[in-house]
Amino acid sequence: MKRVYVNEEWCLGCHLCEYNCAFACSGLKDMAEALKGKPIYPRIHIEGNESISYAVSCRHCTDPICVKSCISGAFSVKDGLVSIDQSKCVGCLTCVLVCPNGALALGETGVMQKCELCTKNECGTPACVTGCPNRAIVFEERGEQ
Amino acid sequence: MSEYVIIGNGVASVGCIEGIRSSDKESGITVVSAENHFVYGRPLISYLLEGKTDIDHINYRPEDFYDQNNCKVLYGKKAVSIDKKSGKVVLDDGSALPFSSVCVAAGSCPFVPPFKGLEKVTNKFSFMTLDDANALGAAVTKESKVLIIGSGLIGLKCAEGIFEKVASITVCDLADRILPSIFDAECAGIMQKHLEKKGIKFILGNSASEFKENRAIMQDGSEIEFDVLVLAVGVRANVGLVKDLGGEVNRGIIVDEKMKTSIDDVYAAGDCTEGFDVSFGRKRVLALLPNAYMQGYTAGVNMAGGEKEQKDAIPMNSLGLFGLHAMTAGTYEGELYEEKGEDFIKRIFTKDNVLKGFIIIGKNERAGIYTSLIKNKVPLDTLDFEALRQGASTLIFSKEERKKIFGGLQ
Ligand SMILES: Cc1cc2nc3c(=O)[nH]c(=O)nc-3n(C[C@H](O)[C@H](O)[C@H](O)COP(=O)(O)OP(=O)(O)OC[C@H]3O[C@@H](n4cnc5c(N)ncnc54)[C@H](O)[C@@H]3O)c2cc1C
Repeated sequence: MKRVYVNEEWCLGCHLCEYNCAFACSGLKDMAEALKGKPIYPRIHIEGNESISYAVSCRHCTDPICVKSCISGAFSVKDGLVSIDQSKCVGCLTCVLVCPNGALALGETGVMQKCELCTKNECGTPACVTGCPNRAIVFEERGEQ
Repeated sequence: MSEYVIIGNGVASVGCIEGIRSSDKESGITVVSAENHFVYGRPLISYLLEGKTDIDHINYRPEDFYDQNNCKVLYGKKAVSIDKKSGKVVLDDGSALPFSSVCVAAGSCPFVPPFKGLEKVTNKFSFMTLDDANALGAAVTKESKVLIIGSGLIGLKCAEGIFEKVASITVCDLADRILPSIFDAECAGIMQKHLEKKGIKFILGNSASEFKENRAIMQDGSEIEFDVLVLAVGVRANVGLVKDLGGEVNRGIIVDEKMKTSIDDVYAAGDCTEGFDVSFGRKRVLALLPNAYMQGYTAGVNMAGGEKEQKDAIPMNSLGLFGLHAMTAGTYEGELYEEKGEDFIKRIFTKDNVLKGFIIIGKNERAGIYTSLIKNKVPLDTLDFEALRQGASTLIFSKEERKKIFGGLQ
């Protein structure tokens, strides 16, 4: 399955992926309307220190512990894609307590949101990937199931 | 062909079904469900009362789950015994289900101490099931003065669930602090203060000794008036079916890493068991939903002839109460590292080069990184320990490790 991979040597730490993600998942047509002057809630975020930076988003683990741990059965996995039914989430944060990569965070409405590889919008290739100016984020098949 | 019977229809039961079906798509599975409901997320009952979810969203699996998995569910039926000689599970209606292997996923039941006069209290409730929640929801009004006995997770989640629907809530506990099973005194104090600010009253180190209709006579002689009583003192694992067979039980049914009990072809999973806590180094009841699922799944794989062991179970809790969120995991032993602030405390415990446990109230972003270090006993000298203290982040890992995580390197 194709996944989002990051190369920390190439990451500029510019945070564009965060903006592109928030816009792509907003469902709005106009970027300014979606993002301007408000806090953004992207499903990918930059981590780093003075010397390195890199983008963190859901790894779509082959054995996803969030799916097994969710108290409301809101997570599911289909053909390798881990997704969430937000209408079922109550914001208990058990998934945050178990995600070994720290890839999950609450969305604007107080329920969990996560990277679903832009399958629920019209981007095709994930927006973080298309918008990365230095190809530090790629969408590839690398042999993980 | 095998014939599987699963006793109980909670999350462990679903795990077991999915574990069996990961290899055996053919054999029959029959689920005996004492509760007359499709499987729901048990912890959701407080959110249901609070209005954060509704009856259409509490199902733990999609409606067609049992059909898709070719399972028969007997709703409203109870297993009364497992007859090893005939190889049948006997139900309360006298019928019997043949099995080649059986999984006891019977959960737990509320423990109610023998309070004098309790039988004369009319408005009393437990808070374990959907039926309990519905009954409590129907009984409370804006005028209700609620007394909750027990300041554990269930009692406090109940308080949060009904808070907006009632006039007042008093919580009492014999322990001298709230949430004694997951918090030390200081952390408990932070949460208690937060709850008191919201309007919950606490009476600690003191509990009811007797009830006189709408009054609780406390151990210190004081009296509390109430019109709705919630009993959330504790729970007891349902061990009876295995105990009656002569199987090994302690506080829970004793299981090995494959979820086998001491009796052949009898497995057990979830809140009714005692499994191995790797952070504690001993068996104990880990009455938590993720654990129930994973134990159930493990049982199912093994019942279907596969090989799976659960070797990374630890206690862990994510508990939000009135907007303040606490996360805890593992055991609190070893060297302590601590940070504090307004409505925030972080305590992490290390020993013998591994992370043993943590308590974090507030600011718990990415806490799962800590949790996985505990579960996997990751040697701390392979990590950037300073970064680890500062916060849960993948920055603590080596570049190589990060390449595996984010670069898919095998
Ligand atoms: C209010 C509340 C909040 C909670 N919050 C959290 C939380 O935030 N996080 C967390 O991790 N955990 C939480 N828990 C605990 C969690 O709900 C349990 O760990 C989990 O549901 C256990 O699943 P189980 O399948 O082992 O047991 P259960 O869900 O208890 O299922 C067992 C089922 O078996 C049935 N049964 C019993 N005996 C028989 C019999 N003889 N025949 C047929 N059926 C039988 C029972 O009626 C029951 O329906 C909470 C629990 C409660 C009550």
